[in-house]
Amino acid sequence: MAVTVKLPTQLRDTVGGFASVQAEGATVGEALESVFTAHGELRDRLYQNGDLRRFVNVYLGGEDIRFLDGLQTALPDGAELTILPAVAGG
Amino acid sequence: MAAKQLKCRECGTEYPLEARYVCSQCFGPLEVGYDHEHISDVGEVRRRIQGGPQNMWRYHDFLPLEGPQPRTRTGLPAGCTPLIRADRLAERLGLGEVWVKNDAANPTHSFKDRVVSVAATRARELGFDTLACASTGNLANSVAAHGAALGMASYVLIPADLEEQKVLATGVYGTNLVKVRGNYDDVNRLCTELSGDRENWAFVNINMRPYYAEGSKTVAYEIAEQLGWEIPDRVVVPIASGSLFTKIGKGFQEFIDVGLVDGDVPIMNGAQATGCSPVATAFRDGQDFCRPVKPDTIAKSLAIGNPADGPYALDLARATGGTIDSVNDQEIRAGIRLLAETAGVFTETAGGVTTAVLQKLAESGQIGRDERVVLVITGEGLKTLDAVRDSFMAYEVDPTIQSFEAAFADSVPV
Repeated sequence: MAVTVKLPTQLRDTVGGFASVQAEGATVGEALESVFTAHGELRDRLYQNGDLRRFVNVYLGGEDIRFLDGLQTALPDGAELTILPAVAGG
Repeated sequence: MAAKQLKCRECGTEYPLEARYVCSQCFGPLEVGYDHEHISDVGEVRRRIQGGPQNMWRYHDFLPLEGPQPRTRTGLPAGCTPLIRADRLAERLGLGEVWVKNDAANPTHSFKDRVVSVAATRARELGFDTLACASTGNLANSVAAHGAALGMASYVLIPADLEEQKVLATGVYGTNLVKVRGNYDDVNRLCTELSGDRENWAFVNINMRPYYAEGSKTVAYEIAEQLGWEIPDRVVVPIASGSLFTKIGKGFQEFIDVGLVDGDVPIMNGAQATGCSPVATAFRDGQDFCRPVKPDTIAKSLAIGNPADGPYALDLARATGGTIDSVNDQEIRAGIRLLAETAGVFTETAGGVTTAVLQKLAESGQIGRDERVVLVITGEGLKTLDAVRDSFMAYEVDPTIQSFEAAFADSVPV
């Protein structure tokens, strides 16, 4: 599946300054792995002990993947993933 | 200023005091770090506070702001709200000593004026001309009002289903009011995305967040000062994102560290609505992270399903011997009535949550009769009128003595 991954400003330096990158994968986890292949530094920023860091939020079509199947969430072709830092509200 | 840097709460990476809220290494939240080492004469600090203005700028030594004159720093000063001894509430609950910190007595009637005052002032110092926020309502009121008072444009984004009172009390200030078709977490996500592209906007609770959050410490400072420079035994605080709760703990800790007060941080009890209780659930289950939830509660100002400061709130509750509890909508309504009928304070649903949790703690015997307890009331009842609609009856009479007396025929004569 061809997927678009949108990155927040804080992470764009790891992919040469771009706001989004193309990825491949049947699940969220696979799609992120395909991005790490080309941009290894991103892995350490997003992951800790093999899972997403607790202040990293990933959304599929506006829905937090924690409400779906997490990194195992299946991706339709042309899906758009958005990575954002968790920010407390108010 | 005593503030020295921004520091990541997760990995400790330091950054300059700029418009930055998240660690670029680990995405952890950034917090303002201070150097109070130079304080050798605590009496002098105390005198400076006591001689300061009757608002939160009296604590400017402990806030991340520059500038020579704190009293000129804002057009809408917040803080110095009443701390009321609530003996009738204490008696009803079988407790010894209960105080109500009534933060509804702020310019836009909630504690949010404290955080927005700091964020807006810092935003000006950093050269921003536009304020913005994602809000559950109270913040919307405050950002719109501060924008008006300071002459800054503002954009306020709220969930489309917000209480009418909070919508009206925002729009009146002439802000750009944006109703987002979604819940608060959707609004917050949208604003986080927007903040990356709108570099000249100060989103008070996003890119200004480290400064914003510091404003909540002044609740603790005021409680300590109003109790005669003493720390209470226990504080009950509502939890939405967990920021207010943790910053009240930080405020007490700072006053202890510099020697302004003796003792320990109080037992910290957090209060959530059962319909949105990710932090209370994590506390109950012994977890150190919060699983996000979809909010469904009348306490909309606490309806944050993905509370980013939740892990720190859990740490603080556990470290101080406190708890994080939740109460349902019926208990929230009863909490509003309890506080109103015993203390004369009409609070919004969030205050109903806090009061109901205090009642729950009291009834479970967790609070000793010798304890001095402070209940932190964060907002105004007039903003959530639906919560009390049809909860009491009124007499209706003709304008005659006869009709009046007939209405009260069963009452004891005066």
